[in-house]
Amino acid sequence: DHSNNMGFGLFSLLEAGLLLLNAICVLHRERFLARFGWSSEQRDFGEPGVTAKGQLVNLVNSVQFVMRGPLIVVNSLVIVYKLVLG
Amino acid sequence: TLQNWNKQNQFLLKTKQKMSSGSRRHRGASKPTRQQQGAAPPALFDDTSDMPQAGFGMQPPPPPPPPQQGFYDPSAHQAFASDPYGAGAYQPQYQPPGQPQQPQQQSYQPSFNPGQLLNNPMVNDMAMQYGQQVFGQGTQYVQENLNKYVTNSRIKYYFAVDNAYVGKKLMLLLFPYANKNWSLKYSSDEQAQAPQQQQPQQSVPVAPRFDVNAPDLYIPVMAFVTYILLCGVALGIGNKFTPEQLGVLTSTALVWLLVEILALLLTFYIFNLNSRLRYLDLVAYAGYKYVGMIAIVLSGLLFSSLGFYIALLWFGAALAFFLIRTLNFQIQAADHSSEGHKRRLYMLLFIAGLQPLFMWLLTARVLS
Repeated sequence: DHSNNMGFGLFSLLEAGLLLLNAICVLHRERFLARFGWSSEQRDFGEPGVTAKGQLVNLVNSVQFVMRGPLIVVNSLVIVYKLVLG
Repeated sequence: TLQNWNKQNQFLLKTKQKMSSGSRRHRGASKPTRQQQGAAPPALFDDTSDMPQAGFGMQPPPPPPPPQQGFYDPSAHQAFASDPYGAGAYQPQYQPPGQPQQPQQQSYQPSFNPGQLLNNPMVNDMAMQYGQQVFGQGTQYVQENLNKYVTNSRIKYYFAVDNAYVGKKLMLLLFPYANKNWSLKYSSDEQAQAPQQQQPQQSVPVAPRFDVNAPDLYIPVMAFVTYILLCGVALGIGNKFTPEQLGVLTSTALVWLLVEILALLLTFYIFNLNSRLRYLDLVAYAGYKYVGMIAIVLSGLLFSSLGFYIALLWFGAALAFFLIRTLNFQIQAADHSSEGHKRRLYMLLFIAGLQPLFMWLLTARVLS
């Protein structure tokens, strides 16, 4: 049974994390999330974040706001790395 | 305490002599040879006192040129008296005042004559001052750097265990159904509490030594290492062992641990559960599963696949029970509503359900 998962290194964890962050950052608020009622303008209660959905919307928004810049840099680095070193 | 200082100095000196002569192994103590291998990093040895002690953990100063080795000769012979094989290479020629008379030692003649420099007590004092100063600098350097990355006192709290606690906790992990009281003891006592930097007024959990329900990091760390080694043994029994497998196992287990802790932190945030659990507490609770995994792997080895599944069920259930009972008191909802309570329940079930899953994931690979 040893051939199934041949172990993850720490680098594959980093890659997985990077891909997840990318996935969160490409969600478009108006075109996509608004259809599900997940965008931040659609909420009426004054205090965000009380419900689980509010927390998630908050999380998505903050990740998008904070990580868009650094993610561009990190993505470019990883792309160059993969191109050059395979 | 001139004598004490001389004793402390001798290990430093023995190291310096070793490093320059590079000769035979010292039979009595293995610690100085560790400093011999290149530039060994300081502070491998954690002492719980605040005062600098006899220095195994200090950085050896650069070796002085050989003619100066005669400095330390008469004070160094005191430690060589009991060692027939060591570098008792120097004939003791001078007795500094205050030292007891040591039996003369039969030894070979050194290749160079270590001059009569240490006959001069002023030079002797200067040498001791130098050694003391360097030692102080080394300790200070270590403390600064270590405290930059890891809060020293905070981590020490998790390792303040004793044998009785470890025994009781292991019994609790493997058979938690007999325990009656799961709450943590809190105290505002200065002696027993975990040091908190920001809120010194808040009562904090007692150190694990005093409370069997408190989380500790000693058991998870030990269990983790034992688990890795045991997996190596299991692989070897199945004739699949190579040394690289150990590295793969370690990194895989670490990755899953990180994933689990990140999932837990994320879930705590989303469910808006303010708990008093700190990050290291979560690491401790996530690390307790390795104890169960050791037992699972052992029974899988001994009783093949039936024993493996039975042990998985038993220890998975035991660990889930243990975690639910322990975390019941520590996870509080921010708002005391029914919604909050429901979320708390889901959180507990989520944590508890993760355990058998991970236990299975990490042990099925090594048992074919």
